[in-house]
Amino acid sequence: MSVKKRFFLIAGLLAVFSALPAFGSDGTPIDTGITAWMLTSTTLVLLMVPGLAMFYGGLVRSKNVLGTMMHSFVAMGIMAVLWVLIGYAMSFGSNVMGGWFGWNKDYFLLRGIDETITSSGIPEYVFSMFQGKFAIITPALIAGAFAERISFKGYIAFIALWGILVYNPLCHWVWAKDGFLFNMGAMGAIDFAGGTVVHIASGVSGLVAALYLGSRRGHPKTAAAPNNLVMTMIGAGLLWVGWFGFNAGSSVSSGLLTAQALTATQVAAAAGAMGWILIESIHQGKATALGFASGILAGLVAVTPAAGVVQPWGALLLGFGAALVCYMAIAAKNKLGFDDSLDAFGIHGIGGITGSLLLVFFIRKSWMQAAAEAAGGSWSVWQQLGVQLAAVGIAIAYAAVLTLILVWIVNKVIGLRASTEAEMQGLDHTYHGEQGYGMLNPR
Amino acid sequence: MKLITAIIRENKLDQVREALIEAEITRITVSRVSGHGQQIREEIYRGNRVIPNLIPKIRLEIAVNDTFVDVTVNTIIKSARSNSQGEVGDGKIFITPLEDCIRIRTGERGGTAI
Repeated sequence: MSVKKRFFLIAGLLAVFSALPAFGSDGTPIDTGITAWMLTSTTLVLLMVPGLAMFYGGLVRSKNVLGTMMHSFVAMGIMAVLWVLIGYAMSFGSNVMGGWFGWNKDYFLLRGIDETITSSGIPEYVFSMFQGKFAIITPALIAGAFAERISFKGYIAFIALWGILVYNPLCHWVWAKDGFLFNMGAMGAIDFAGGTVVHIASGVSGLVAALYLGSRRGHPKTAAAPNNLVMTMIGAGLLWVGWFGFNAGSSVSSGLLTAQALTATQVAAAAGAMGWILIESIHQGKATALGFASGILAGLVAVTPAAGVVQPWGALLLGFGAALVCYMAIAAKNKLGFDDSLDAFGIHGIGGITGSLLLVFFIRKSWMQAAAEAAGGSWSVWQQLGVQLAAVGIAIAYAAVLTLILVWIVNKVIGLRASTEAEMQGLDHTYHGEQGYGMLNPR
Repeated sequence: MKLITAIIRENKLDQVREALIEAEITRITVSRVSGHGQQIREEIYRGNRVIPNLIPKIRLEIAVNDTFVDVTVNTIIKSARSNSQGEVGDGKIFITPLEDCIRIRTGERGGTAI
């Protein structure tokens, strides 16, 4: 056979196979449109983690830049390993231990989903990997609260335990079909993409850990100025881009709901950013780059639980409201003097709470009608607010108590707080034997 | 008047700064420098131990009136030394006579300008 003939044969076979719809082992067809978007979303959410590394990395002092970036990067390692081992099973298995978390032995090492297509028409691998990215970024967010003073080993142990005992159960309660918050009230507690599971959980845990571990040396007397705001801005940009996967991907579809979530996300981020620099200009007289970045994040965090249910006008108000509330929260933090170093609580905790509660006032009519039908006649904004309050309260209480126990154990057994000497020398030198900006010096 | 120039380890900057402030020596210029003395320092690069030929250090420059020379020098020695014995690579202190010192804002000269 000539080369040319062989080429046509292969091309022909490929054309035939690609035209056939793919089926899962149980006969469910793959929806290639949804699958393509979910693969993209999965990638976008992973992009947020290096984005976060840059955002946080730029905000610390130069002696801690690598150590701080490693807090995000190592989460991509340890949390992804844990996710395929037990995380997916604990989050999306069926209720065990009275619904504390889920379990499904087929999900151990993802052995049972090798050929599974979910009811939404995507390979279950895609769903599992998409959800796994959330399990990576959530503990990485906490690191902002206790930046510049944490031992590398202790941090890894802490986020591993936190992922297993805080993230997985919360994820199960809110997003698994048999989770109790998923089924609370008429149509469940509204947490579209992780207002409670991701942002409230990480923000509150960060606050508890920061309070337990105490402030950095010299805080707040010695100012710890950001070493590289340029990197922080790039990181904030990556987070904004990645957030489209985070929110629009959380529709686990590729259609109207995806578009609604994507639009709300864009509007809230922009409103948050503009809100922040407006407030800052009035209060401080200058619009800072870090302020703009903080506003982006505040808006994105607040719209995260709401992206599926609010229209653009609601997203606008949510974004602006979150900027105002987070701005005041950080001002209050500076007055109170506790050291939530990079404002993990101030932005993610407070922003998440603001979004999860305020969203009830902006829910689109069709959702409220569907909820009324599900409740058997009527369902009011105030009833939904009650459900949201319950979900937020439970997330705060659970994350706070478990985190306190975990930081106490890890600090006693392995040591979580860096020694005074390690802290003065910097995380880079102490834990990694490297330096972030060595290239600035002739060597 | 003397100009005290100290070359110290990068990771000792915080200790030295805090000790100097404690001793009420607050006026200082700090820069990143590279150099080579007796020290051979290993770093880890992709699993290999490598020895860079120039080692990053911090240079401190402090202009003082003569009565403050001893306290400044002693504070730096105490805070920049690795453990109690000291180790190769802890750095050096140079003291040079300072001919004059001028405060740009006022134009005043000499000891009061320091």
